[in-house]
Amino acid sequence: MKDLLKLMEENARLSVEELAAMVDATPAEVAAAIDEYTQQGIIKGYKTLIDWEKTEVDRVKALIDLRVSPKKDHGFDEIATRIALYPEVESVMLMSGGYDLSLVMSGKNFQEIAMFVAMRLSPMDDVLSTATHFVLRTYKKHGVSYAPEADERGYNN
Amino acid sequence: MNYESIIARRAAEIKPSGIRKFFDLAATMQDCISLGVGEPDFKTPWMIRDAGIKSLERGKTWYTNNAGLPEVRNAIADYLERRFDLSYDPATEIAVTTGGSEAIDLALRALLNSGEGEEVIIPEPCYVSYAPLCELCGGVPVPMPLHAEDGFRITAEGLRKAITPKTKAIIMAFPGNPTGAVMRAEHLAPVAELLRDTDIMVITDELYAELTYGRQRHVSIAALPGMKEHCIYVNGFSKAYAMTGWRLGYMCAPQEIMRIMVKIHQFGIICAPTTSQYAALVALRDGDDAIEAMRQEYDMRRKLLVNALNKMGLTCFEPEGAFYVFPSIKATGLSSAEFCEQLLYAQKVAVVPGTAFGDSGEGFVRISYSYSIEHLSEALKRISAFLEELKNKSNS
Repeated sequence: MKDLLKLMEENARLSVEELAAMVDATPAEVAAAIDEYTQQGIIKGYKTLIDWEKTEVDRVKALIDLRVSPKKDHGFDEIATRIALYPEVESVMLMSGGYDLSLVMSGKNFQEIAMFVAMRLSPMDDVLSTATHFVLRTYKKHGVSYAPEADERGYNN
Repeated sequence: MNYESIIARRAAEIKPSGIRKFFDLAATMQDCISLGVGEPDFKTPWMIRDAGIKSLERGKTWYTNNAGLPEVRNAIADYLERRFDLSYDPATEIAVTTGGSEAIDLALRALLNSGEGEEVIIPEPCYVSYAPLCELCGGVPVPMPLHAEDGFRITAEGLRKAITPKTKAIIMAFPGNPTGAVMRAEHLAPVAELLRDTDIMVITDELYAELTYGRQRHVSIAALPGMKEHCIYVNGFSKAYAMTGWRLGYMCAPQEIMRIMVKIHQFGIICAPTTSQYAALVALRDGDDAIEAMRQEYDMRRKLLVNALNKMGLTCFEPEGAFYVFPSIKATGLSSAEFCEQLLYAQKVAVVPGTAFGDSGEGFVRISYSYSIEHLSEALKRISAFLEELKNKSNS
């Protein structure tokens, strides 16, 4: 079972039966393990990787670095939790290094994101500074190459 | 020019590879997904590639010693001792070749007298090049069918029947392509027993030695008591380290034979690629972990395939080595060639007919799992749909 989470992280669409074969367990055991991981909050959910650049949909992604002043007793948790409430914000992470929080967010266009930063984030009392980096192009995400190489192998043996 | 009369008959008469023929057809189809290739999907581990690059930066671009760089031969000796309990003298019993294929060719050239009817026993189904290489040396390939009920292993009984006074050698290849069969010590012992008091040489092609699954590690027939002097041991870097394009292998043999093989190698090839040899040095010294990571990934795919194919009714015995499964397609009532052709046209999945590896491969197909799990999973869905179609057709 030790490989179950690793396999599922790489491909959420493998059936319980396929997973069972690969980890030497019965489908019932795998189903039970998945239930337990879900209840324990180890499995957080399932999503689909979409290369939006290839669609008609306009979408811009940005990484935003925030420097904030931590609160007595609550540290960074309070501000981080508050920012996480905005549906536009996809990820909120506490970072080591030159700034404190890193956000990932997406919007229809650059302006929408810029407005969000200017109107929602910057005015917050605890936010000391923001730096917004727009994603220009994605080459690889979650271990998946966005420009996959062709299989160049031939048929020799 | 009448090229037909110019070209050597012996060369012209050799049949082209059955793998190639089939895939030329597959290549013309759009959206075809293949389970056909016989090489790893992994890239050569970075540290090994880096060692090749560094050697070029340092300008290591000359020929090496004919038998290969001494440090590479030393590393091979250490590796064989460490991994397979084999002991060979790097100075006199080991030489580096341009892939395992060259080593097989050299072994046959060193052993066979042309046109004297000398026989080489070739257990089939097997890798496609043994019989042609044997014929090119003027030897007579004697196919020895292996059976699914024996796990595609050589049995003493089968071997005894194949041996004649003309038998010069046998080519053994375990773990096997295309069957994935392995021979453990208890399977090798009776075969060794039979050969020990003869003058028959064993050319043992152990390219897949690192890719065995289950608790027991691969055992070489050369490691059995009294067998070293009977063996020309062939191994290489292609499969274990995902280094097919580097064209690097090696051979180990008693020095009397080694001297002859290196002589032929010197005139035909001079030396194995220098860049590849420097890369191989790192592979041999520091590559054990990389082998293990790839082996574990193959093992998972293997289990996925064996389970799914058996459920579909394509029974396959559990392959314990290499990266192939060899399911029986007899339940469909089709021949191997028919099955592969119909699967290709109906669902655009390319697998190799068992007959590409010898007549005894009839009733089987070879499916390679040197592909990502996503790729395999999609292919399995298509194969399942194909089998449903077949069933519906025969019912209506």
